[in-house]
Amino acid sequence: MTTYREKIVGWLMIIPAMLLLGLVFIYPIARAFWLSLFTENLGTGLQPVFSGFTNYSRMLGDGRFWQTLQNTTVFTVASVSLELLLGMAIALILNQSFRGRGIVRTIAIIPWALPTAVMGLAWAWIFNDQYGVVNDILLRLGLINTGINWLGNPTLAMVALVIADVWKTTPFISIILLAGLQSISEDIYEAHSLDGANAWQSFYQITLPLLMPQILISLLFRFAQSFGIFDLVQVMTGGGPAGATETVSIYIYSTVMRYLDFGYGAALVVVTFLILISVVGIATFYFLRGRSDRY
Amino acid sequence: MTITEASKSKKSGIKSKQIVLWIGVILVLIFVMLPILWQILTSVKLNNEIQAVPNVYIPSAITFKHYIELFQRKPFIFYVFNSALVSIVSTVLCLTIGSPAAYALARLRLPGEQIILATVLIVTLFPYVLLFLGLLEIIRYIGLGNNYLAIVIPYTAINLPLTILVMRSFFQQLPKDLEDAAKIDGYKTISMLINIVLPMTVPALVTTGILTFIFAWNEYIFALTFITRETMKTIPVATAQLGGATVFEIPYGAIAAATVLGTIPLVLLVLFFQRRIVQGLTAGAVKG
Repeated sequence: MTTYREKIVGWLMIIPAMLLLGLVFIYPIARAFWLSLFTENLGTGLQPVFSGFTNYSRMLGDGRFWQTLQNTTVFTVASVSLELLLGMAIALILNQSFRGRGIVRTIAIIPWALPTAVMGLAWAWIFNDQYGVVNDILLRLGLINTGINWLGNPTLAMVALVIADVWKTTPFISIILLAGLQSISEDIYEAHSLDGANAWQSFYQITLPLLMPQILISLLFRFAQSFGIFDLVQVMTGGGPAGATETVSIYIYSTVMRYLDFGYGAALVVVTFLILISVVGIATFYFLRGRSDRY
Repeated sequence: MTITEASKSKKSGIKSKQIVLWIGVILVLIFVMLPILWQILTSVKLNNEIQAVPNVYIPSAITFKHYIELFQRKPFIFYVFNSALVSIVSTVLCLTIGSPAAYALARLRLPGEQIILATVLIVTLFPYVLLFLGLLEIIRYIGLGNNYLAIVIPYTAINLPLTILVMRSFFQQLPKDLEDAAKIDGYKTISMLINIVLPMTVPALVTTGILTFIFAWNEYIFALTFITRETMKTIPVATAQLGGATVFEIPYGAIAAATVLGTIPLVLLVLFFQRRIVQGLTAGAVKG
């Protein structure tokens, strides 16, 4: 029984949290929608001047924007799919019983807990063209003759970023998937193997379907984080060489902080937000529909 | 095939499976540890061995020069202090504001609850780069630049969704009888919360607090944008800017030392609270 008095107390308990979420999450997005209709840059003396959809039409012809959108997509697709594969493999390994499993599980989540910006520096050092350990190993193995300029080459810089991101965030996926694996009862597998199914078949027919909720949730989280990646890129390549690894988030940041083009920056925020929300919305819709079909 | 032969082949099958498993385990450990170990090794090597080609894997001497340099040439002690202060304060604030909201959402059946929960879930997906512009305007408008509040408030807010989701799933598991009994004994909602529910909630608060602390310690873009005074910077920002200090000679040793110092608290947290971190993350992500 919820009394009237309790309802009031309930709302009082919720309101501070809602106000804070509104201030830090909802207001900035709403403000970006509004500000994107104005030109506010050095040309207007940093004063907002209403300009309708000028910022959006400018975006259509802005090659740099399209390039950053492409870079972000490449980065997101490459890193998230690699992370899912690797995260699944690690979760399956950590779900087996072996001596020292507890400590291995503990060590396996360390990268997730470390600051991305700081580990970005560590990875930049690993891929350093002169003294980097990756080049050293490749040289010793005789695979290359001279050190590769990893972060100075457009394609390889992206490869290096993806590797660093995979290292940093695969543990998150492993944690979520491992929790899912642990909730699958051993009996199902036993019944299945009595029917003559091998390990591969039970993975496909039992593990994968039962793990679908965890897979989709980790994909959703990783997609959103990866699409907005900032720290790692800013620290490792700064978007270079020549914009080859510039992501949408880096472009937004430079537009606002370096070029002081607030109106255009707001329009970039809006478009990025809309892309993100549409992908998330479509994915969730299909997931929920798939679920209701099955049950 | 006799029975003994069958059991023998089964045994060798198990053995080869064990070998594959151990190779997997070792690969996982190498993948996870190597970047960190390399950074630790770099941080204690002499400069000429850091910049040696081919690389030196076993240093001739171990030096703590880079660590000492960090504290002598840079206000590194301030960075540690700032990071600790900002992370602890925002963690405490987040738990204080988030737990009551989580309780109300778990128990009190308020109208509009579903909408609030959906909002809380969706905002966890917003990248911070979409938020900094709006926040920057507010901070400039009320003159909050280079004030700890300029990052403490956003840090509290960005951790609220996880706090609400984890604490709510915890409250839902609490036996309701206890609260009903307390009400019969004449407790009002708030005093019942403080006297009966809160003591039982301590483990869940610790779990949530650890996650909040980690996220606050690691945050980068807000700290980079809203705090520009050298003595007020946090470790991630200060460390990232070490490289740009001198153009001609990049202080690799100092950067490595800063990396190690900035990550030690987090490694310790993981070592001590692995179980709680995993519980919290799965409760936040899956049950929400």
